[in-house]
Amino acid sequence: MTRRGVFMVGGQALGGVAAVAVLLPVVGFAAAPIFETPDEVWTSVGATDEFDPTSYRAVTLTIVSGIGEAGKTTAYVRQGAADLGEDPEGYIAISTRCAHLGCPVRFFDAAGTFICPCHGGVYDFEGKVIGGPPVRPLDRFQTRVEGDQVQVGSRYSVTSDLEPVRARDPGEFTGGIWEYLYPPRPSTPPAP
Amino acid sequence: MPKLPVPNFLNKPGKPGENGPPPNGNGAGPTHALKEGGTDLVGWVDERTGATPFLTGMLFRKVPKGTNWFYTLGSATLFAFVVQAITGVFLAMYYTPSPVEAYASITHITNDVFLGEFVRGMHKWGSTVMIIVIFLHMGRVFFFGAYKYPRELNWIIGVVLIVLVLVMGLTGYLLPFDQRSYWATIVAMNINATGPIIGPYLSDFLRAGAEFESTTLARFYSLHMLLIPGAIIALIGAHLYLVVKLGTTAPPWIRADRKPKSLRTEKV
Repeated sequence: MTRRGVFMVGGQALGGVAAVAVLLPVVGFAAAPIFETPDEVWTSVGATDEFDPTSYRAVTLTIVSGIGEAGKTTAYVRQGAADLGEDPEGYIAISTRCAHLGCPVRFFDAAGTFICPCHGGVYDFEGKVIGGPPVRPLDRFQTRVEGDQVQVGSRYSVTSDLEPVRARDPGEFTGGIWEYLYPPRPSTPPAP
Repeated sequence: MPKLPVPNFLNKPGKPGENGPPPNGNGAGPTHALKEGGTDLVGWVDERTGATPFLTGMLFRKVPKGTNWFYTLGSATLFAFVVQAITGVFLAMYYTPSPVEAYASITHITNDVFLGEFVRGMHKWGSTVMIIVIFLHMGRVFFFGAYKYPRELNWIIGVVLIVLVLVMGLTGYLLPFDQRSYWATIVAMNINATGPIIGPYLSDFLRAGAEFESTTLARFYSLHMLLIPGAIIALIGAHLYLVVKLGTTAPPWIRADRKPKSLRTEKV
């Protein structure tokens, strides 16, 4: 190799190293939140005797702090119903985030259904899809009882049989092969 | 080669002594110096940049027979982009990209700042105008067949520009941070998330996490005002370079001359 060739290759290699030294940290900086797991937060939403198994009560949760109203979301909470095969001592917290594209659903007591205003998704009392475009039942929040208070924790998704899985974004199917086509992200806590 | 119809100062200057005495040299009066001041300045810049051949080539290039008003749609898109850039720069002086203050800063621009409503209105309606004219421009190029050889690369750059302009629309839509902005963005990000395998990570990347956060708005703001406009400016440069380099096409209804001068009948 000639002296000229050595300098040419060396100079280009140095330029490449400089480019990588800038680009890699910048890309990592922008992509870092994908790999961060948020802390587990439990919010008290009311005393155990405020909830019953026949209807839901709307509660407000702060899921992201520090951004005002935009960080709040609504959940519908009720006691477990024995005739639905649930633990009567447990509590069910349904997320209002529609499983189609994330609009806020509302529970209609008279019909016993959740309805989404954006594209007409309809869910039954348990949150299973009975109409419209949603691809899976409504997400849920983990619940626990501390003293006489019902507490609501992290979000998780469910399959069409209400089997808990790690939280997915709206629009993503759950269960079966979909677990691989829509892989769980590191930024979500494990399923209960 | 015929002389191009250009202003005198853009023509190649004559050799020393050819065009009489130098304009503000010995013997020239102050009126004369004043009169020639503009020409002198242009000449000074031209002597040091050699911009004249480039500018004459770009501004006085020949266009084919049949060129009509449809050929101005690209310039109209460029004008719309410049309006967006200027109004956007001034809106950024008053806007706060924080979820708690964004909406208040927008209402402040609209209600309190002098002409704020006008500048914001130009930016808002200008975005719609830009998307309309960019598609009309694409339609002109498509129906006139102007994307064909050797201009395929310019068509590809144009398609990338359309996508970038749509991304500008998407990222800008969140910034007023009212209910419509917020929910439209939630829906848009969840549409991204429905792509298999990379979709979930893509939406996490756009949101900077699993939920909508304060970083989400800052991220959309920086995409909207720094990254994508920069890419658009660079690609517009390449687009215009190729337009000047390759020239424009005649409309499809203009027929080629059937009797070129090189063809003649031979009498035997």
